[in-house]
Formats: sequence, structure tokens, C-alpha cells
Amino acid sequence: MNLILISLLVLGITGLVAAILLYLIAQKFKVEEDPRIDQVQDVLPGANCGGCGFAGCRALAEACVKADTLDDLLCPVGGAPTMEKVGAILGLAAVASDPKVAVVRCNGTCEARPRTSEYNGARSCQIMNSLYVGETACPFGCLGCGDCVAACQFGALSMDEKTGLPVVDEEKCTSCGKCVKACPRNIIELRKKGPKGRRMVVECVNKDKGAIARKACLNACIGCGKCQKECAFEAITIENNVAYIDFEKCRLCRKCETACPTGAIHAVNFPPRKPAEPKATTEEQPKKEEAQA
Amino acid sequence: MNTFHIGGVHPNDNKRYSAHQPIIECPLPQKAIVPLAQHIGAPAQPVVEKGQKVKVGDLLAKAGGFVSANVHSPVSGTVTKIDTTTDAWGMKMPAVFIDVEGDEWAEGIDRTPEIIRSCEIDPKEIIDRIAAAGVVGLGGACFPTQVKLLPPPGKKAEVLIVNGVECEPYLTCDHQLMLEHGEEIMIGIQLLMRALGIQRAIIGIEKNKPDAIAHMQELASRTLGVEVKALKMKYPQGGEKQLIDACIGRQVPSGALPIEVGAVVDNVATIYAVYEAVQKHKPLVSRVMTITGKSVQKPGNYMVRFGTPLSEVVELAGGVPEDTGKIIGGGPMMGRAMNNIDMPAHKRTSGLLFLPEAESRRIEPENCIRCGKCVSACPMGLEPYLLSKQAELQMWEDMEKHDVMDCIDCGCCLFTCPSHRPLLDYIRMGKGKVGGIIRARQAAAQKK
Repeated sequence: MNLILISLLVLGITGLVAAILLYLIAQKFKVEEDPRIDQVQDVLPGANCGGCGFAGCRALAEACVKADTLDDLLCPVGGAPTMEKVGAILGLAAVASDPKVAVVRCNGTCEARPRTSEYNGARSCQIMNSLYVGETACPFGCLGCGDCVAACQFGALSMDEKTGLPVVDEEKCTSCGKCVKACPRNIIELRKKGPKGRRMVVECVNKDKGAIARKACLNACIGCGKCQKECAFEAITIENNVAYIDFEKCRLCRKCETACPTGAIHAVNFPPRKPAEPKATTEEQPKKEEAQA
Repeated sequence: MNTFHIGGVHPNDNKRYSAHQPIIECPLPQKAIVPLAQHIGAPAQPVVEKGQKVKVGDLLAKAGGFVSANVHSPVSGTVTKIDTTTDAWGMKMPAVFIDVEGDEWAEGIDRTPEIIRSCEIDPKEIIDRIAAAGVVGLGGACFPTQVKLLPPPGKKAEVLIVNGVECEPYLTCDHQLMLEHGEEIMIGIQLLMRALGIQRAIIGIEKNKPDAIAHMQELASRTLGVEVKALKMKYPQGGEKQLIDACIGRQVPSGALPIEVGAVVDNVATIYAVYEAVQKHKPLVSRVMTITGKSVQKPGNYMVRFGTPLSEVVELAGGVPEDTGKIIGGGPMMGRAMNNIDMPAHKRTSGLLFLPEAESRRIEPENCIRCGKCVSACPMGLEPYLLSKQAELQMWEDMEKHDVMDCIDCGCCLFTCPSHRPLLDYIRMGKGKVGGIIRARQAAAQKK
């Protein structure tokens, strides 16, 4: 009987001392955390993609709470609606930003760009790019090993077997920018989605002179400048033998598309030109995006 | 018999195709394209103009820095343009284009076959003549030779190690050069010993070249301070650090140069170029290269003037075999598969290897089975399986911590992997990235 009493007493006292100690230590080393960080984190998508430039959603939430303005902070996945919610929690004005989408600036399909060699090494664009020009003669074009596809966390990129080029699923793309960083040839760019998803893009980044570029790929931009002359809004610049359309200035008149002799300029999500009735698929898609926005 | 102590593999040497084939002079091309960056370091700066007449041995471009080398005209004729050309991998490189007219040599160059034995030249003069002649390491890296002969302050060279190993399978150009020009190489060794102020030189030759060992031993017995070491066969014995270990048993520390252990390593082809530069005043305008492969009609060793399109050299060897699946510039272990053979020969082209279609395919990689073969094969004592995974996951800082910069690209890991994993592909890519990060960090530190 005594034995039980003693053990109970000893254990009880030890437990009590430990509890008091733990309580005191917890008080002493208490971490004061702004409760708003949790609130902001709850609003963020929680994908931890790092597209905002921080090491995950929690880090962005901390940065938002610390910041005086939300000017430089943007969750590219959630976009403007998410940032508005964040702004509401913190009592700050959210900056309106246009939704963006990843655009692949290469249209060197298998037919347009003949193969000159066969790559037999590790399937990685990074490695291929460091070794040589690639399976075709174009030193700027898509290598087709799919580093961008592997980098996308949202399943928005896939390789088109027919063309050998990556395709962006606009509905899934959150413009986090991972693919932009993954591409060793800087082919992918984040561009404004545009009204109803419509936009004009020069789908080529070949900086070689016209003749050389054309020899490597039938669809290459040859830097002829016809589109530049055609453009009434000074949206097109030609640098290093390749045209670039400034999406802030472009008014979607589509004149450059017709002017381009090689077909390097593409009009995306426009209804077909001649037939009067617009295709259901192309119309539906932008509407959905608008609804999301 | 000596060899190096860590790692190494034993690939089939396949030298029988082109071994003992006498060196054949390749005819001059109609048009020569001379690249300006034929060496490691800054590209040379052109000193000729369009339309200018040049003779063989005239300076085309001056060294563009301390680690750089002069480029001389390998042909006589008219400079048509200075423009970019593409190499065998589709990358651009600056080059001088020359229309060849005759074969007129610049004055002062001794072209007689007579061997000049007297080495009574001031050491500084030797180094100056080597630098003026644009001699670079012809073993593969093309490091400017004169830089090696000027040890940094506080370091002293003790021994010259001559690389006659040629551990790379298939290649035989150094072997043949030793057989045909052994005496000149011996004089070149004496010149280099004089320039470095040392009394000892060791020639390392692998035992698969018994005739070269006997020939060089016979010559060495008549030369003071020079000894020939026959080495056990093991790849990559021709690597600088491995050869030092094999010859004098010293290990070069991580990140250091051979001079740290008192050694200077030069290839036999480089030493032949040194002899020609110092004794004959002949700049480096040609080299021996091996054209080989199972199905090549006339595999052999060809003396090629720089600027000659490789396709013309291949014609001399009987053209591209029909069953070719892959053309490799260099040997099969460290060489690179080529996109085309229109590229001109230059200081770096040591050989062309034609692999038949059946042998050229890589086997589909499978999962790593953690056998550790790559670790025991790595001659630098690295962990290839780990480095390649880190490169795949883009963990550049961890790669640096695991000494990726010590990797010598020898390919032992890839050769030995039973799962055929592309280990070297990833490590090489990661090494490039880490190198870039280190350089950026150094540049930032210098700014501060």
C-alpha cells in the first residue's frame, strides 16, 4: 500500500514540476504571430507553386502582411480576385492586374523544320541545349524534350505528338511562370490573355538572318519588317531579325497576320475569318475565362 | 607496373584499326576556314583584313588575353572574309575564311627534315617562341602551353610529365607520332625541361604500345634525366591528375592545378609542336588526327592542316561508311557525337570515329539499383549517382558541396552503370550550371 502511495506521490510531484516548468518556458519563448497571416493564407490557393516569387503560399502571406502596399505582390494563380480578398483582410488596395497566360513562341512543326540529326541522350532540354543545336538546324527553336511539361504543376502543358511542340491549356494555365524558367531557350513568355482570350503572337524567336532562319525552318520569322510597316499602332518592333508584338499596344486588328510572308504571326482565339458563323468552341472558351475573371 | 589508385575502367581499346598506319599528309583544301577560338580562354583577335594576302605561318589573330593563343594561317592565299561559321554542333564561332593559292610559306620557317639537336637557348626565349607559335595542349583541352610554363609565384616545378598514354580507345595519333617523331619529341622534352629549369622528366606510356615504349626507352637512355614509365592499362590514365598519380604517386588536391604537387604535364603531340616552334620556327598550323572505325575503308593517321574541312579528310580515308550511325569527334569515351562533318579541322580535333548503326544506340535507362559501381569507377572519388540526381532536381548548391567541379568528364560512371543511366549527361549539365554560379559569385566579390 505504502509503495503505491509513494510512487503516486513521486510521479505526481515530478509531473507537477514538469508542467510548471513547461508553462514558464512556453511563456518565456512565446512566438508572437500576426493572426492575419493565417487568414491570408486561407484565402490563397495553397498550391505552393512559387509563381509569386516566394517559397510557397505561407511565405507570400507573411510578405503581404508585412508590406505597406500590395503593388509588387501578386498571386498569379489566384489572380486579381484572390488579391482583392487579401486586400480586404489587410485593409489595403489590391492592384488590378490583367490575367496572363503562357505562350510558346515557336511554331517549328515537324513539317516546317526538318530533322538534321537524332538525339539519343538523356531526355532533357537543358542537357540538349548545352550540348548542341538540337535535332533541327534552328539554334533558337523548341527542343521538344518537354522540360516545360515536367515543370508545370497544373497539368496545363502537354506535348503535341504531331507538331512536336508543347501546347498550353489556357484554362489550366495559371501563369505561375515555372515553364518560362524551365525553358533553356527562353521560348515561353507570359503574355496578356487579351479580351476574350484573343491575342496576336509572333511564334518565333530565331535571331538569325532571314535566309539562314528560313533554311532551318519554313515558319521562321525572317525579320522582313512587313508587319512593322502594316501596324498602325507601333506595337511591332524588330530586333535581331525577329519581330515582337507589344501586347500593351496591340489593338488586335490582325493586319500583321496577313502581312507575314512565312506565317510566323498567329492570331489566337479569333473566330475564323470568312465563314459568318463563329465556331462554338472558340467562343465558349473566352466567355468562361471572362466569367472566371 | 604503375597506374593510378582511385577508380578507372577497362574499355576495349580497339586501336587495331588505325595503329601502325604511317602518318599521311592530307592535301590542301581549296577554301580554308580557320576558327579564332581553337583553345581554352579568350578568343584570338584577328589582325588581318579582307583581301589581304597571307602565307603559311603568317599571324592571323593575336592572343586575346593571358590565357589565350595566337592563330596562324595554315594555308597561303587571300583572306575573303572574317565572319562566323558553325561548328559540328551548330554553334557559331568566329573564323577567317581564306581562298587557297599555292603553298607558300612565310620566311624564317625551316621546313627541312633535318633534326636540330642543339638546345642552347635562353629559357625565356623558349617560352616566348612557344607563345608566339600559338602552341596549345593537343591532348584535348587545348590549354595554352606557355601559361603552364610560367608557374604562379611561390610554386616550383620539379618534374615534367609527358603524356604518351593515349588511354582513349580507338585513337592512335599520339602512338604513331611517338614512333615516327620520337627523336624530335625527346628534343622537345629537353627544351621544356630547360624552360622550366628542371632536371627530371617522365614519359608515361600504356603497355598496349610496346613498340612505342621500346623506342622511347632507347631514345631516353641516351638523354639525361628522362625516363620512360610503362603503365598498366586503365582508363582514364591520360587524365592529367591520374597520370601524375600513376607516374610519381602524388595526388593533386581538389580544385588545384598540377603545379601544386610540382608537376607540369604535356602531351607528346604538344611537345612535338614545341620542338617545331622553337627549333624550326614553325607555328602550330597542323596536327595528326586519327580517322577510324570498324567499317572505315582506310583507317589511319592523317597530318591535317587546320582549316581543312573534315569531310575532305574523311574522303581520303575512303569516305563515310554506309552503315554509320554516329560520328564522334574525338574518342568514344570523351568525344562528342557530331551533327555534320563540314566543320574545319582545328587544334582540338584529335580524331573522327565512325560507329556503325548497331553500336551507336544508347540502351534505354532503367532505375538506379544503388550498386555503387559508379562510385568505385570514378577516378576523382566522386559520387556520380548522387550528383546526377542532384542535377536532375536542380540542387546546384548541394552539387557544389559534393565537389562536382572536380569531375573530369571522363565518362567512367556512364560506362560502368548496369542500368545504363545517363549519369554523365546530367553531371556535365550541372557542372556547367555550378561553374556559372561560381563565376558570378567571384565577379560579385570582385566588384565589392
